[in-house]
Amino acid sequence: MTIKIATAQLWVHDQEVALDFWTNKVGFEVRADVTLPELGNFRWLTVGPVGQDDISVCLMAVPGQPVMDDQTREQVLDVVGKGFANAVFLSTDDCDAAYAELSGRGVDFVDKPEDRPYGRDCGFRDPSGNQIRLTQLFELPNQ
Amino acid sequence: MAALPPARHLLRAKDLADARYAEPLAVADLAAAAGLSRAHFSRAFRQAFGESPHVYLLTRRLERAASLLRTTDRPIARICFDVGLNSLGSFTTSFTRMYGRSPAAYRAAYPPAADYALVPGCVLRAYGRPQHRTFREDGADGPVIG
Repeated sequence: MTIKIATAQLWVHDQEVALDFWTNKVGFEVRADVTLPELGNFRWLTVGPVGQDDISVCLMAVPGQPVMDDQTREQVLDVVGKGFANAVFLSTDDCDAAYAELSGRGVDFVDKPEDRPYGRDCGFRDPSGNQIRLTQLFELPNQ
Repeated sequence: MAALPPARHLLRAKDLADARYAEPLAVADLAAAAGLSRAHFSRAFRQAFGESPHVYLLTRRLERAASLLRTTDRPIARICFDVGLNSLGSFTTSFTRMYGRSPAAYRAAYPPAADYALVPGCVLRAYGRPQHRTFREDGADGPVIG
């Protein structure tokens, strides 16, 4: 038996804005985009990195009633907007090239590429405030 | 279309402090990043993050100083300036207040740690930030009455 990570969820304030960001700026592809009228037009929207078909990120709208009461929805949006809700850690084989390419597409980096003990990495936020790290891991001994 | 999350603009100010703490940043610069007037900004920032922008910037600088004390052999005076502070005396005072020991004693207590090697830098930066301590001159930590 095996267990693998298939999909992880990010709260986003606006799925259209998130979709544009993750596809046109980060360069991910759409994996699923399904709207279900019978569930109040719930939209299951997932994106993932090209070349890694078995993992995706679900861009989940922060729902209102009846899933969340209005106060909870406001709280979730607030926590996301403060940058405390989610983080995604991405890896790359060339941090500087990735930084240059994404910057050129208008991604707003909060950390420029820098060497760390584990690799070279940089960081940006998605439009909702979620923190994304982009790391080029060094080869480590014993691996 | 949904509006931005309520505090998203304040996060831009926090990110600016995190990214450019080494520069002569002032609260006015952080307020501009959030698109708010200075007076309104300080109140809103404090409400969102539980401390004033001034304190956030100071603790960010002290956290970076502590990190440099642990991981480099730079002279203490240089570290003070490298994190954007310009008075060695007030650096030493603030550092000692927050970390419970002087910069030199702090450095001596932490041998360079390979333990940190695999923890992402952003995590160290967030979790390593000191809890702001005062001598209660602002009354913030005073006893609860009633």
